[in-house]
Amino acid sequence: MKKLIIALAASAALLGGFSTGAQAQEKKKVCFIYVGSRTDGGWTQAHDLGRQQLDKALGAKVETPFLENVPEGPDAERAIERMARSGCSLVFTTSFGFMDATVKVAAKFPDVKFEHATGFKAAPNLATYNSRFYEGRYIQGQIAAKMSKKGVAGYIASFPIPEVVMGINAFELGAKSVNPNFKLKVVWANTWFDPGKEADAAKALIDQGVDILTQHTDTTAPMQVAAERGILAFGQASDMIAAGPKTQLTAIVDTWGAYYIKRTQALLDGTWKSEQIWDGLKDGILTMAPYTNMPDDVKAMAEETEAKIKSGELHPFTGPINKQDGSAWLKAGEKADDGTLLGMNFYVEGVDDKLPK
Amino acid sequence: MHIELEKRARVSTLFSILSPLLALALTLVFGLVMFWLLGKSPLGALYSFFVEPLLEVWSLHELAVKAAPLILIAVGLAICYRSNNWNIGAEGQFTIGAITGSILPVMNPEWHSPLILPLMLLMGMAGGAFYAAIPALLKTRFNTNEILTSLMLVYIAQLYLDWLTRGPWRDPQGYNFPQTKSFQIEAVLPEVLSSGRAHWGFIFALVAAVALWFMMRFMLKGFQVSVLGQSERAGRFAGFSARRMVWFSMLLSGALAGLAGISEVSGSIGHLQPSISPGYGFTAIIVAFLGRLNPLGIVASGLVLALTYLGGEAAQLSIGISDKVSRVFQGLLLFFVLSCDTLIHYKIRLVLAGATTGEARR
Amino acid sequence: MFEAILLTVITASTPLVIAALGELVTERAGVLNLGVEGMMIMGAVCAFAVTQISGSPYVGLFAGILGGGIFSLLFGFLTLTLVANQVATGLALTILGLGLSGQIGEAFVGQPGIKLQPIVFPLLSDIPFFGRVLFSQDLTFYFSIGLVIGINWFLFKSRTGLKMRAIGDNHASAHALGINVIRTRYLAVMFGGACAGLAGAQLSLVYTPQWVENMSAGRGWIALALVVFASWRPWRVLAGGYLFGAVTIGQLHAQAFGIGIPSQFLSALPYAATIVVLIIISHNRRTTLINTPASLGKPFVPDR
Repeated sequence: MKKLIIALAASAALLGGFSTGAQAQEKKKVCFIYVGSRTDGGWTQAHDLGRQQLDKALGAKVETPFLENVPEGPDAERAIERMARSGCSLVFTTSFGFMDATVKVAAKFPDVKFEHATGFKAAPNLATYNSRFYEGRYIQGQIAAKMSKKGVAGYIASFPIPEVVMGINAFELGAKSVNPNFKLKVVWANTWFDPGKEADAAKALIDQGVDILTQHTDTTAPMQVAAERGILAFGQASDMIAAGPKTQLTAIVDTWGAYYIKRTQALLDGTWKSEQIWDGLKDGILTMAPYTNMPDDVKAMAEETEAKIKSGELHPFTGPINKQDGSAWLKAGEKADDGTLLGMNFYVEGVDDKLPK
Repeated sequence: MHIELEKRARVSTLFSILSPLLALALTLVFGLVMFWLLGKSPLGALYSFFVEPLLEVWSLHELAVKAAPLILIAVGLAICYRSNNWNIGAEGQFTIGAITGSILPVMNPEWHSPLILPLMLLMGMAGGAFYAAIPALLKTRFNTNEILTSLMLVYIAQLYLDWLTRGPWRDPQGYNFPQTKSFQIEAVLPEVLSSGRAHWGFIFALVAAVALWFMMRFMLKGFQVSVLGQSERAGRFAGFSARRMVWFSMLLSGALAGLAGISEVSGSIGHLQPSISPGYGFTAIIVAFLGRLNPLGIVASGLVLALTYLGGEAAQLSIGISDKVSRVFQGLLLFFVLSCDTLIHYKIRLVLAGATTGEARR
Repeated sequence: MFEAILLTVITASTPLVIAALGELVTERAGVLNLGVEGMMIMGAVCAFAVTQISGSPYVGLFAGILGGGIFSLLFGFLTLTLVANQVATGLALTILGLGLSGQIGEAFVGQPGIKLQPIVFPLLSDIPFFGRVLFSQDLTFYFSIGLVIGINWFLFKSRTGLKMRAIGDNHASAHALGINVIRTRYLAVMFGGACAGLAGAQLSLVYTPQWVENMSAGRGWIALALVVFASWRPWRVLAGGYLFGAVTIGQLHAQAFGIGIPSQFLSALPYAATIVVLIIISHNRRTTLINTPASLGKPFVPDR
């Protein structure tokens, strides 16, 4: 009965419409828009873990409301506008497809700050942020070349956007730095999220003779298949060791939390600026899951590469690199610039696939 | 104990009006219990679902934006279903309409003529109609079931759009990301009022609904639709052609779905991208039935359904009700509306097991 | 390698075949339930949840069947007792199922599942070439084959099946003959729901032993297409299901071989193939008419 009274009182407060004002002045709202479910086990879950870390670190000063399963398109614009109107000081929109919607709402609400993940359109109150996933892919490639007996790895890809192409190339370059003849087979699942299809793609690649799998899709299904067939695999977005305790070599773990804390702190300090941020391993925006199921020398190599990338000594895209058709791309010692990487639409030599046009 | 239905001699006017209210009341009661069990403030939840979205001007605009494609597609489908043609592939026709309508701005980004917008809308309608013509042709020519062909064509249309936006139509300046160039300003469907985002798509929806209501009520074509829908044989005796009706209803619903597609892309999104619809074509089927296949009823049901989407979001933000719960709540509302409509045509009687007649036992 | 591909195809096809067989029976009784996707996902979540709690995938499998069957009762009550429109109710069932399953499954996301292990027939599985493919499968595969044979016998050889087909063809005259139309249809709907639930359980226990929201990813819709593709014949459901699975897997292999066709076109192939087969089958008006339940989707109220 007491509960009922409290509930009714709360509702009455809401009906009266005076519930939001008082708190908002004390705590700033840092809001999140998700494209998927926050328990999807992949992309959105990683962002939500980041939000929870933010909550833990700065919970005394900020609230972190979110909206999940927001479809890309006009729904996104409404959701973002709703956030801006509900008193959010900073809004993170966490899918590439939210780009134009974020741009439009940001123009309407100049006093609210926005940050859009993986996009390229910025404004004075709109920053972009992304993670140099390819650094992790390069390390994976090196491990794969050491661990593979057949010299062929399989790559389950989602969609041929630059992000994914970049990942495939980085993996191949890493592998070739160990074994110049290493081959990479690619299967496009044409989905970010369909466990059945991802499992099918994994099986198809294994049946075609690959003995290492890596994925750029969200579920643990490929890891399970690899475990079942007794080959090795890499996890994606989160640590997938639970799905393959004897299978996972390492995983690229999206650890957005560090970034969210950094930016929210900047907001609280009044030092927030619109920037186009592309953080890497050294900034903690991505982390390598523990190196497991490999001999010590391979592990040592991986750790060394990771350290070199962090220190800036090694850039995965350093020449000489040829394109897939054998034509020269980067001269010896030349490093790829970020612009080319962010618009990458060609393979490097050694990738055994034709890039879908 | 079981339930028996008895057909009313005539459609009950009383229950035509009462049934949606009853459904709403049942949903509210169930909702209260559900939110209570989840430990959320039940009244607060219902408030954010049904009231909060209606309090602000911008939110009303959003309601119109969300309802426009649903209404536009559903009124076309209503004519289809009334004539006994089961087009469930409106999602595909929506997609193809969006594609054909976007040909001009994508191919001629420098063309700044006021002509471009009307042409786009026409091409969108033509595209949708063309795509609906495929199941129509297969049905009239080969007797192929249109439910399945139109459904299969949805997937093909979506994959085609996917290929276009990731391949040939990709914006060359867009860092290779999967979307076309933003449309030039002349190719953007303008907003109706300056106070919010609602664009002319909503006006199209209202016009289409009124026009089709008029057709069904006062024109011979509408009479043909009803007669052929009730009995193909009766229609034949009256000299109506079921074949022509297949073409008419499919092309009409396809064209309206296509118009919805290009309106959505041009008015709300501003460019073409791989995903342009969160299932409007399928949701519209439910909207059509909630509106009892009556074009004016569909305007109401489209707005109500749009309200539950907006309300679900509001509830997520203000009381932290997850979007899964919102969907369950939406499902409940649909079920109650569908079942309460039974009262319009039937009397419902609870029969206790002991009291059944021999006939009912059989 | 051929054997391996075949195994993959079987895993991909089995849920389609099982769900389609259930829907076939429902439709033979004259009821069109478009909510297969919703019932399937409910089966998947029930099976997974109960497996995690009980530790036994067999109990889970049973829970999946039960979950799908009970969920379908909701559809049955609306369309059979309250004669609501079947198309709309089916779609609403899918919306509800996707929401409800997400809600139920929230606690189980990310848990590694327990796989339903294959049952190996000792001698038979040693037969070269097809022994392993046919005789060392999990229970759902044997179920799917058993269902094909059983349903075929039931529909065309048994008295009850004959009555059920009579209802599907003309419920008014079946009622006049003294057959209980509503009760039979309830059973048919529940059978369809149970099969969809079993298919869902296959997804979360065999295909990919895990739970994620929306994991059925449109397979319920494909099952619906299969029924018509098969012109309401159990053996053709089996053939169609395997054709569909083979095309899906085949396009992945084609890619791994490096055939440079845009993957979207390959992904569209199965759907295009279904349309073509639909045309071929329905081109012959007589065969369609013999097999199509004439009162499919039409409401029935016993007059008294």
